[in-house]
Amino acid sequence: MSPRKFWRRLGSPKWFYRISGPWRPVFLAPALLLLAIGTVWGLAFAPPDYQQGNSFRIIYVHVPAAMLAQSVYLLLGAAGALLLVWRMKLAGLVLQTMVGFGMGATALALFTGAVWGKPTWGAWWVFDGRTTSTLVLLFLYFGLHALRRAIPDPAAAGRACALLAVVGVVNIPIIKYSVHWWTTLHQGATFKLTEAPAMPPEMWAPLLVNVAGAYCLLAANLVAKLRNAILREERSTQWVRGLVGANRPGAAP
Amino acid sequence: MFAAQFRRDWLCLLRAADEAVNPLVFLFVTVALFGIGFGGAPERLAEMAPGVIWALVLLANLLSLEALFRRDYEDGSLEQFVLLAHPQFAAVLGKVAVHWCASGLAMTALAPAAALMLNLPLWVVPKLMLCLLLGTPALSLIGAVGAALTLGLRNGGGLLPLLVLPLQLPVLVFGVSAVLDEAAGLGAAAQVYWLAAISMLAVTFAPFAIGAALRVAVEQS
Repeated sequence: MSPRKFWRRLGSPKWFYRISGPWRPVFLAPALLLLAIGTVWGLAFAPPDYQQGNSFRIIYVHVPAAMLAQSVYLLLGAAGALLLVWRMKLAGLVLQTMVGFGMGATALALFTGAVWGKPTWGAWWVFDGRTTSTLVLLFLYFGLHALRRAIPDPAAAGRACALLAVVGVVNIPIIKYSVHWWTTLHQGATFKLTEAPAMPPEMWAPLLVNVAGAYCLLAANLVAKLRNAILREERSTQWVRGLVGANRPGAAP
Repeated sequence: MFAAQFRRDWLCLLRAADEAVNPLVFLFVTVALFGIGFGGAPERLAEMAPGVIWALVLLANLLSLEALFRRDYEDGSLEQFVLLAHPQFAAVLGKVAVHWCASGLAMTALAPAAALMLNLPLWVVPKLMLCLLLGTPALSLIGAVGAALTLGLRNGGGLLPLLVLPLQLPVLVFGVSAVLDEAAGLGAAAQVYWLAAISMLAVTFAPFAIGAALRVAVEQS
């Protein structure tokens, strides 16, 4: 299928529901496998850090959670733009369903960060650049959630949240760099696209496995949630009623 | 378009001047609260002053934001506003400019008094005022996006701060660090340029978001 045709087809939730049936296991199986391998490898077999000892092992949860936290917000911003510009239904559903996942990942990143910070920096919480920008990210997720809850009309709520997500995405780099230059205690990013990690491979390889697993989990979650949301949104259409057997004689209306 | 909208909103503002003055009074009441709270330690107060002033400016600005579109929304003139045949950009900017005059500009003018109350060294005050002058337009513009998004929501109480304050954080960060660096004798050119840049960015993009949010608000009513 040509990309243009795929793009046009994406406008139809029905089509997406039909083709995405087998996708979830395709993502979920590697997600569980990779997360299991990465976690066991990281927690049990990777060498301890020469300074931080074993406490550094929380990195195998912390970094994937923090990467998901940011990626999901970017995803929401992209979905918001798609919804505002092309009125794509599927994008609206992404925006509607993934806020909770992002909020969870952000909360997990903050929690593991606090647990890691206590033995390493000597404090549960420091207003450092990265912790602060992650906290702001959590607030942005809360805002999206609360705004959707506050607007009774679903279509208006969708567009309002899309606007907020787009404004948030524009703001994230500014927030990030403003707090970065302000004070930074946090170590730099473990993975950069431009250079090799400063860690030895025995330490970063399990992390890479876990990060890949986390993204597979995100994809599996996204597909499952979208499929559920499509059924809910289109519940009054013929094809959904046919699918769930509501049209059979004797079935509940 | 900008001028016409500005004139109209300016007149509305003057006729409801009490409402515009309340946030400014709020600023002083809360500054006084901090002053009294730290009454015994003037030096400590001076250290805290930039952060306190900026945080309170954010909050006072938030108070006045709630009224930004409310009356127009209630009497229906906002519907006409959304249906304008002219480009909405300039009209939105005119509306927010009036809000900024009543909020940001007024607070900039009053900042020396707040600084005195909090024992901030006098020679830092011009820098504080410059930062407020450059930073508050962004506060009004970002805030207006939130005000438009939460317009007319019956169960939206307390939502505005949640939406707006995280997005306004960079202004606070640069504003406070500018005043602190100036007080430490380091100079604060970088932060001043940053505040100006953030405001320019907000002037360029926020009116589109405000216009779109107003349309959403009007359509659902």
